[in-house]
Amino acid sequence: MSDRKSDLPGGRFVRWLNQDQDVLERQMIAAQNREPDSDEEMEEAWRRERFLEDQKEEEVVASRLEALNERKVPVIGRVVYMLGCMLICIAMIMLLLYTVTTLPGFGGEIDPAQNEVPRRYIEQGLQETGALNIVTGMILDYRAFDTLGESTVLFAAAMVVLFLLRLDPESNRYSTLAASIREEPYADTFYEPKNDSILQHTAKILTPVAFLLGIYVVLNGHLTPGGGFSGGAIVGAGLVLHVTAFGFEDIRRFFTYRTYQRTVVTALLTYAFSKTYSFYTGANGIESIIPLGMPGAILSGGLILLLNICVGFIVTCTVYVLYAVFRKGDV
Amino acid sequence: MTGVSQVLLLFLIGCALAVSITRNLLTSVIIYTCFSMVMCIIWITLESPDLAITEAAVGTGITSLLYFLTLKKIHAIDARNKAKMKRNETARDGGEGHE
Repeated sequence: MSDRKSDLPGGRFVRWLNQDQDVLERQMIAAQNREPDSDEEMEEAWRRERFLEDQKEEEVVASRLEALNERKVPVIGRVVYMLGCMLICIAMIMLLLYTVTTLPGFGGEIDPAQNEVPRRYIEQGLQETGALNIVTGMILDYRAFDTLGESTVLFAAAMVVLFLLRLDPESNRYSTLAASIREEPYADTFYEPKNDSILQHTAKILTPVAFLLGIYVVLNGHLTPGGGFSGGAIVGAGLVLHVTAFGFEDIRRFFTYRTYQRTVVTALLTYAFSKTYSFYTGANGIESIIPLGMPGAILSGGLILLLNICVGFIVTCTVYVLYAVFRKGDV
Repeated sequence: MTGVSQVLLLFLIGCALAVSITRNLLTSVIIYTCFSMVMCIIWITLESPDLAITEAAVGTGITSLLYFLTLKKIHAIDARNKAKMKRNETARDGGEGHE
């Protein structure tokens, strides 16, 4: 293909179709090979060099991994290995299938699971918890301490991820690394499309829907299927979609590391205190001050609505923080 | 048990096998997402919509998101593909592809 032809837009397209060389890539290479002018550009060029070195090193590691995966193993060893694997697999499958055949039938009347506990939940659940959705009544009233434990575990997991992956901008040891990661060309997101219009239009349509659905699921946890956990996960997914399409600036304006800590700790403490109060005054059939309300109304079910909102906050914040920390090492 | 749920259960087994057999990590994460979607439909047929919603939100959304992020973090998505592409290119250009 001649140079004159490649200058035309159509010629470019043909080149791209033939996969001679990526036009954009060639422009990028041309931009990189430019002579440095000022000090800033010198520094820039040095950093770019370092980045390319890192990339090369990564490729070396990857190719070594490939070679390790495709190394020559003696045939007998491979056959023995395969046979051993198959034997163990088949033995395991047989064992599990045998166990399954001895289990009682699904939904049978003489199940060990059909004892007085689920009977009590099904028969008295609506009167005692005031929640139309029996599952939420169970997990947020009878077994509310389990759910508190789950939320705490989630919070602990997010904190551990923060400890491991957060790059503190104020710490001396990590400040250069944090700065170099946050600067554009070395960020994880450098080669991704910045203003991808497909992603942005999809996010524009989907994010409000995800928020509405998530908030609906949280607030109606005691009436319809769902609850704080799933609703919070849906809202968190909407946040992640927005952040992927439009960048972190919008969210960072009101949501930082400190906000995260305060929100989640407040939600956990509210949960713990309100549930302690409820157990102190109303558990075990003693008369409670908190009215259960009319079943089916939005303000019913005693404390369940408040607890759902707390769990929803915890899960939403945790999902977003996990994404942000994985993505850029900071909230 | 209707025919539809039998097909779904078979699909589950197929997905579980495929996750362990595929070598590309990205592919296995996507197959795992399919597994979660089908599991979500099965929860609905078992009349537990609460579990279905949680499976759809957590199993399909959050878990696969975290897997993708981890793959991205350890550069398992791009680096291996790049190395593979480079090797294929050299094999094609040199004309002595011994793969």
